[in-house]
Amino acid sequence: MSHLFSHYNYWIVIVLMMTGFYTVISRGNMVKKLIGLNIFQTSVFLLFITMGKIKGGTAPIVMAGKEDVVYSNPIPHVLILTAIVVGVSTTALGLALVVRIKEAYGTVEEDEVQAEDIRR
Amino acid sequence: MNYPDTALVADTQLPALQVVIPLLSAPLCALARNRRAAYAITLLASWSALVIAVLLLLRVHAHGTISYALGGWAPPWGIEYRIDYLNAFVLVLLSSIGAIVAAYAPASVDSEIPRDRQPLFYCAYMLCLTGVLGIAATGDAFNVFVFLEVAALSSYILISLGKSRKALNAAYQYLVMGTIGSTFILIGIGFLYMMTGTLNMVDLAERLAPVRTTRPVLTAFAFFTVGVSIKMALFPLHLWLPNAYTRAPSVVTAFIASTGTKVAVYIMIRFIFTVYGVQFAFASTPVAAALISLSLLGIFFASTAAIFQRNVKRMLAYSSIAQIGYMVLGISFVSVNGLTGGIVHLFNHALMKGALFLAVGCVMLRMKRTKLEEFRGLGYRMPVTMFAFTIAGLSMIGVPMTVGFVSKWYLILAALEKGWWPVAALILLSSLLAVVYIWRVIEVAYFQKPPEDAPPVTEAPLSMLIPLCVLTAATIYFGIFTGATAGIAHRAAEMLMAGGVH
Repeated sequence: MSHLFSHYNYWIVIVLMMTGFYTVISRGNMVKKLIGLNIFQTSVFLLFITMGKIKGGTAPIVMAGKEDVVYSNPIPHVLILTAIVVGVSTTALGLALVVRIKEAYGTVEEDEVQAEDIRR
Repeated sequence: MNYPDTALVADTQLPALQVVIPLLSAPLCALARNRRAAYAITLLASWSALVIAVLLLLRVHAHGTISYALGGWAPPWGIEYRIDYLNAFVLVLLSSIGAIVAAYAPASVDSEIPRDRQPLFYCAYMLCLTGVLGIAATGDAFNVFVFLEVAALSSYILISLGKSRKALNAAYQYLVMGTIGSTFILIGIGFLYMMTGTLNMVDLAERLAPVRTTRPVLTAFAFFTVGVSIKMALFPLHLWLPNAYTRAPSVVTAFIASTGTKVAVYIMIRFIFTVYGVQFAFASTPVAAALISLSLLGIFFASTAAIFQRNVKRMLAYSSIAQIGYMVLGISFVSVNGLTGGIVHLFNHALMKGALFLAVGCVMLRMKRTKLEEFRGLGYRMPVTMFAFTIAGLSMIGVPMTVGFVSKWYLILAALEKGWWPVAALILLSSLLAVVYIWRVIEVAYFQKPPEDAPPVTEAPLSMLIPLCVLTAATIYFGIFTGATAGIAHRAAEMLMAGGVH
């Protein structure tokens, strides 16, 4: 039981990942799909951050005179900064496309857009 | 103070320049605000990228693998660009497609994209080229993800520029699928980092050895394979591709069809052979069997679907899915000949599919549509375009003296080597399907009369015909003189089978 809870951060990752993924698959509303995609990506950010944490670790700033300090691994944080930028631009581009789709079709429901596409 | 010889500096900085030149030209295109200036920048940058790629290949040929520490940070801590036979070859392919399509672009872009958006189109085009070149050049797993997203985001933009509003939906669907794919790849990279603490591919290969059979590494492999299969549109994860290719502007389709999926195949080869090692990836997991059956299924499903398409562009899109099947089949044979076939088909398919889509772009320019009816009598009204289409189509079928034959030769050789007669027979049989769908277009173009009320049609302008003819001539040239392509692919395959690191 303690084993189950001591890794609670991974459980959060899994729950978020599946929530996001399910939203992407099951929703027909294009904005909701993008929100799902965003949650899905965020769960991966958490996965990276969680593996950088070291128990009792502090921010990796070297201080003079202190040698036995435990530092957290900064690399996952740096990687995820980049991945966040990627995620933000994906969301922005996706929303821009949805705005254009709304202008062109008058709807953001996937099945209605598809029905329009087939009609012509 | 002594300044180093500038020529020498440029020479040692080649791997970085390969990516930096297209990257810097992208904002310049956007800032230019003038479509002619933006086009000039694009042309200059894409041709310099080609020159650099050729120089890199020559250097690899002369001196062996090049390792370049980006920003002077030594690998494995810094990002390393590592150029060996495989990616030097892929870089030459990508940049030559980038350069030829750029030369072809202006007339086609003028007719399909509004003038005020053209500088931004060229900006996105250069970003896409940056992305694919970066994926091929880098030796860092996380850097692969970043460049993958640079290429993907810019290709969503390029596809959404298509004339009809259907392009918007196609781009949106591709965005959702593409993001799932690259996030899966990111998860894979994350698990690998978790187990090894490194992102450098060569370092990863060494440190993975003791932990290869642990569950996170297996999970990483599963996520990675699925993610990259979405990116390369391997059956049955291909659903985004037909709409994206059909709705995108002609230039974009030609460019993305010959670079986007190819680079995903490259990543798969790189990770399976260099990072994981072929022993682990194929011997201890059932991935090879899965890939072989999926690629064969994909070849037959997509070729059959291609036969029933009324839009020629969509027909070629389905054909692309089938051709990805051949490449993956080549990889999963796990032999030097199979891998040679896969790598050489990656190159050859880019040439012939590029030529086919450029020819369709010429038709699009004159007829405004690409339905099969539009091709009636075009063999006599646009003789050069249709002749090029025919040659590239024959290559798609795999007729001797064309590049298509070379790839299929190696694939069948690899199948026979293993004693897999049914697979060899299926490869031959699938060529017959290609005969059917290519013949449908040729029959309409040469043996049907145009409708009485058809407006007079002239041949496409020379600025489009010359790049088209260059690509078509290349499909013949590399079909006869196979030393360059198959030779390099063979050396790359030998290196990969031997462990992929040296």
